[in-house]
Amino acid sequence: MLTAGIDMGTQRVKVVILKDNQILSRNQNFSGFEPTKAAEQAFEEALQSAKLSREDIQHVTATGAGVEMAPFADSTISMMGADARAGAYFFSSARTVIDVGAEEARAVRCDEKGIMMDFVVNARCAAGAGTFIEAMARALEVELDDMGSLSLKAERASPINASCVIFAESDVVSLIHREEPKTEIARAIFDAMAERVASMVHRLGINQDIVLVGGAAKDVGFIASLKRRLGMDILIPEEPLFAGAVGAALIAAKRAGRRQ
Amino acid sequence: MENKKEKVDYWRWLEYHSVMPGRDWKNADVITAGVDVGSVGSKAVIMADGEIYSWSVMRTGSNSSDSAKKVLGWAMEDTGLTLKDFNYIVGTGYGRVNVPMANRAITEIACHAKGANYIWGPTVRTVLDVGGQDVKAIRCDERGKVVSFLMNDKCAAGTGRGMEVIADLLQIPIEEVGKVSLSVTEEPKPVSSTCVVFAKTEAVGLLRKGWSKEKVLAAYMRAMAIRMSELIEKVGCEKDFVITGGQSKNIGIVNRVENILGIKRLPVPNLEKTGLDPVSAGAMGAALYAKALHEKSLKR
Repeated sequence: MLTAGIDMGTQRVKVVILKDNQILSRNQNFSGFEPTKAAEQAFEEALQSAKLSREDIQHVTATGAGVEMAPFADSTISMMGADARAGAYFFSSARTVIDVGAEEARAVRCDEKGIMMDFVVNARCAAGAGTFIEAMARALEVELDDMGSLSLKAERASPINASCVIFAESDVVSLIHREEPKTEIARAIFDAMAERVASMVHRLGINQDIVLVGGAAKDVGFIASLKRRLGMDILIPEEPLFAGAVGAALIAAKRAGRRQ
Repeated sequence: MENKKEKVDYWRWLEYHSVMPGRDWKNADVITAGVDVGSVGSKAVIMADGEIYSWSVMRTGSNSSDSAKKVLGWAMEDTGLTLKDFNYIVGTGYGRVNVPMANRAITEIACHAKGANYIWGPTVRTVLDVGGQDVKAIRCDERGKVVSFLMNDKCAAGTGRGMEVIADLLQIPIEEVGKVSLSVTEEPKPVSSTCVVFAKTEAVGLLRKGWSKEKVLAAYMRAMAIRMSELIEKVGCEKDFVITGGQSKNIGIVNRVENILGIKRLPVPNLEKTGLDPVSAGAMGAALYAKALHEKSLKR
């Protein structure tokens, strides 16, 4: 059976094609000004690389913040539902899935079948999402990809008002003026973000194993800070950015199976 | 080819200082100063026998103690005053522990209540202080003592810094945002995002949809005024109501807060004639506390 999952993120659209629940192909694209077009294009390319056509796909399920901008999908699933499903798919021991995206962070509790049991979301404040690291990389004048390795070199974190992206931006400028090392500023930023994410997990109640997905799960700096803050190990799948799309594609397979 | 445009700092506001005409510090018994090092603006007020002698308002630099020295230095400029002439100096504000010449530091909450009491008199009961990086709703008694307060210092929404970011995005000088936002014929729905970062994204989306800058600005200010009003209502709004801090100059915010709460603030006195500046309320309160502390020390 062939199914597809599309995750319409605020920054990127992600597409995954599954064949009998195995990942056949995946692709991503910037959402840009026209997320629908971006998603269609990403989907077409994913089909091409798997040597498939649109008709071969039995069911397409969409998820993500811009889910209504995927009109070609057969059904939709909540982001929490997709996260839970993907977490259990990657690691059967997963009971908590943390998803840190560009503008939103979630902590989802799931059972062994990947059914979502409970969740906590932060979608109102940019300080707990990927945007924070991007803004700080700009303020520090370092590449986004270098932020993580930079922070790992620090022994301590700079004192910084990191409760808000806007305040942190002005604080970073002052810290640079004071010739505070960029490594320590970077660590302060990841620590602050990890603090916010960890507090969501604590509100949900600690349930191991904990899986981290989303764009931030690719950042070594954030991973280190989060592990330190939670005081436990966290599992990270190979392609954490595609977790939502994988979850959606798994839901698509379930729904297609039901229809047969 | 890209058009080379000069970068304009739309967020930059006017710095100012002045000496009260006709007043001579040499005739005074007690010279005190209040230095309010805020997160965005630094303010200094010099008092001679508890009356305003001179004041200054400037942007806070990256170093709190430098900013404290500079802002007090500016208020002392051309007066012949030296640091030795001061009987007592109180530091307040975000950087109050880094005011090197201060004899003591006092929280800005106490100082704003005291300053508001001095500016508007004993009938003041509720003070909304909108600073660079925080918003405070303060309840006080007839002597300017704090009874209770609520504060948001975790989030830029509704603060002066947040306003600067939006002014820069819309390319409207910060001194004009209030007037411009009131030029809309109909008040738009507030932006849905509280977070300044997300509100920025939302504002760009609205501009792309064809909204005018004025309308986008009004929608942002509406949302911020709602947020401030909620803080005031939580602490309880009792007459008389006043607004202090940098945003007391922003009529777009002031007007909307008044409309939402259904209460008018007391009018702002003429600065040149009285020296009573709501922006410097914290520094004024600090200078008054300095006088009281000096007198107390003499009694011992």
